[in-house]
Amino acid sequence: MSSYRLRLRRKYLLLRAFRRRRQLKPVVNRMAACPRQPILLFSTMRNERIRLPYFLDYYRKLGVDHFLLVDNGSDDGTREYLAEQPDVSLWTATAGYKQSRFGTDWMMHLLRRHGSENWCLTVDVDEFLVFPYCETRSLRALTDWLDSSGTRTFSAMLLDMYPKGPMHEQPYHEGRNPFEIAQYFDSGNYVIHRNPGLGNLWIQGGPRARLYFADQPKQAPAMNKIPLVKWHPSYAYVSSTHMMLPRGLNLVFEDSGGEKPSGCLLHAKFLDTFAAKAEEELRRGQHYAESHEYRAYREGLTRERDLWCYWSEKYINWRQLEILGLMSKGNWA
Amino acid sequence: MTLGIVMLCHTALHRAAQVARHWAVAGCPVVIHFDRRVPDSDRAELVAALADLPDVRFSARVACEWGTFSLVEATLIATTQLLRDFPGADHVYLTSGSCLPLRPVAELQAYLAAHPGTDFIESVTTADVGWTIGGLNKERFTLRFPFSWRKQRRLFDGYVTLQRLLGVRRRIPAGLVPHLGSQWWCLTRRTLEGILQSPDRARHDRYFRRVWIPDESYFQTLVRKVSAKVESRSLTLSKFDFQGRPHVFYDDHLHLLRRSEAFLARKIWPDADLLYATYLAPADPAAARPEPNPGKIDRLFAKAVERRTKGRPGLFMQSRFPTKARGGNRAAAPYGVFEGFADLFEDFHPWLARVAEARVHGHLFAPNRVHFAEDETIFKGGLSDSATLRDYNPRSFLTNLIWNSRGERQCFHFGPNDAQPITLFLAADPNATLMIVSGAFAIPLWRSGRPVADIRAEVARLQKIEAEFIALLQAPETKARVRLWSLADFVEDPVEPLHQIVDDLNPRASHRMTELPSMVDLTGFASFIQELRNQGMQPVLMGDFPTEIDRTQLRDGPSHSQQAK
Repeated sequence: MSSYRLRLRRKYLLLRAFRRRRQLKPVVNRMAACPRQPILLFSTMRNERIRLPYFLDYYRKLGVDHFLLVDNGSDDGTREYLAEQPDVSLWTATAGYKQSRFGTDWMMHLLRRHGSENWCLTVDVDEFLVFPYCETRSLRALTDWLDSSGTRTFSAMLLDMYPKGPMHEQPYHEGRNPFEIAQYFDSGNYVIHRNPGLGNLWIQGGPRARLYFADQPKQAPAMNKIPLVKWHPSYAYVSSTHMMLPRGLNLVFEDSGGEKPSGCLLHAKFLDTFAAKAEEELRRGQHYAESHEYRAYREGLTRERDLWCYWSEKYINWRQLEILGLMSKGNWA
Repeated sequence: MTLGIVMLCHTALHRAAQVARHWAVAGCPVVIHFDRRVPDSDRAELVAALADLPDVRFSARVACEWGTFSLVEATLIATTQLLRDFPGADHVYLTSGSCLPLRPVAELQAYLAAHPGTDFIESVTTADVGWTIGGLNKERFTLRFPFSWRKQRRLFDGYVTLQRLLGVRRRIPAGLVPHLGSQWWCLTRRTLEGILQSPDRARHDRYFRRVWIPDESYFQTLVRKVSAKVESRSLTLSKFDFQGRPHVFYDDHLHLLRRSEAFLARKIWPDADLLYATYLAPADPAAARPEPNPGKIDRLFAKAVERRTKGRPGLFMQSRFPTKARGGNRAAAPYGVFEGFADLFEDFHPWLARVAEARVHGHLFAPNRVHFAEDETIFKGGLSDSATLRDYNPRSFLTNLIWNSRGERQCFHFGPNDAQPITLFLAADPNATLMIVSGAFAIPLWRSGRPVADIRAEVARLQKIEAEFIALLQAPETKARVRLWSLADFVEDPVEPLHQIVDDLNPRASHRMTELPSMVDLTGFASFIQELRNQGMQPVLMGDFPTEIDRTQLRDGPSHSQQAK
């Protein structure tokens, strides 16, 4: 694709985000209390009240200074809970999730407005970042190191976590670590294509591909993500946080043999809350590709309720993921 | 004797203040230089925090730009001030704001007292330096560098190229032999005064102003002119990564730093609370230090550089995806591919697993599903037996399989009936060992008992596919190890090739092969081949089967030969 067309595409995405800025209604803005050069977290959510305490706590401990969140019409107390948190700035949006490119337009507007020249982490409420040395070093250590090496993006592949046995058997309680339940993952069935236009890697695989998309692998969800970015007003997320423009930002991998540092986003989607969520999302029809994914899940759910298999790997820590080759320390020692 | 400290600071001033206090309390006068670009408010805060220490002074400020003479200038100013203000200081140690003393100050003082008149400075001639990045070694001294490397990279590079093109060279001042080394040194008063008060000082400064990264060469070169005794090593532990940036130490490096012999370490991450708390605590003489083992630190950083430049061969993941030329066509470990053997031997599969001590899969690329060893539906790493998933990206499938089962040799069967797109990868993979008995695919067809007229087309189709594969393997680009026998040759003497296979796959096998797999009875096969010819097909891959062996069957026709087996 010619660079001029990519430029147009980027401008279009930026314009889209700008035009949808009025869909965001501020609820509370506590940005003024931020320290200098804060590490910011951006997320859009809907009816995730039960997950919030652990989510916020996890990222606070990791070193996130401030949360910039969009509530997309929750009715389970999500909004009230978030508005009370001392380190949260909250917006609401009642417009369609789908029409806003699944929240990406809103995220991009907030990123551009509040995130420029700061390290910004854009994740879903069920995604938990692990990075090299994360149990002994804070997120700030990572961003300082990335700064010193002149890098502006950090890759973290999505890793689907699942429980052993049917999902509904181990109910999730508020505040609990979801990975006490969803302890398992697929360690080595990820397939990689290089996307010629944008230069990023397109990674698919894991239990979802194995069980729900075995007959139509091309439709399997993308697992490559670039959630941590030192934002600049000219940047754009193209499809969720899977890829970016300008395309140089997608070069989070080394193509001459070495390894760049990378992390993983542990995906706590497959809990007992999943079935209800799948039903709701299917009814709303607000998800990617005509909710194709959720439809496949529903069919998959009735067919095969257990994602676990004999070769499932039990999660221990980031070092295990690095040994398995799912992430890398690169030259960070 | 007194040790004076010169400290160059530009960020994390609160940490610099802590360290300055540590030195001053131990009786070392300190002169701090602030980068001109440090905001005045930050500077004032730090000055106030250290106001109670009379032996901490602040020098005039220079704006410091990495790679330029400004860093040397700052050092010269601060050092001059230190020598003037503290006449008792007879060693001066140059440190940065992110240096941390690893051993009690008293130990350092005692060490220096035991080595009077010795200058500790890494100083290596340019010809012997192995660490510089970007190829600028000797040229640091013979070219001019008026542009900033960080902010004007294009001009910087362009001007270097231009000078090389024009053959412009600067003359190195008479009497100077360029030396390079770590910028963190500890020099004696006598040496420093020799450098600072040299009658040639102005000439030297003028020359070094246009040298590239003079902070790594100014003192390192001049010390050779004036010093009585140079000990060419730095007392500061400082490691650089492959792009020439210093490695940073964090709390989890504490156990490594404890084993270092160096007196200081650089650079310390400002939020490494544990390191600062540990090393700035009052010295406890009773505490036993672990046996020094600086090699451990070297290994850690050497491995990090190797991971970044070379990576783990055969691993394809989100942050390692090499192009074909750089290892993108390589699986993680050697593996064996067998074509034709399963057709020729009844019990080849269990035999191979036994003698090769390997995991033997069936036809991994079979059209209906993946035939994993033990007929599993899911294999290591969560690989599915779905043919659709496999064929979506066969390369990823195979590299995943080999990566997931590293430590255990993998073998699998392959044949012209299988999905063929993987052949491109197999042929180009130096880790693949391909054992092929060409033409053996005809044996199961022959044994099926179907009339030759019916299977003729099928034999022709398979032969075409296999011939294409073999042609690919015989191309000069092929990296795989290939052993190819025609069916006729193999049948003639199967023992030798079988030995060869075992040797290839399991070279360390202690025992010699005692048992052989049992071959399918081929009585009548030659006439089958002849019958194919009679039907107008041309079987070539099987080799020359001497038809006279079973002339009798030929006379009786193919139907008889099928009964014969």
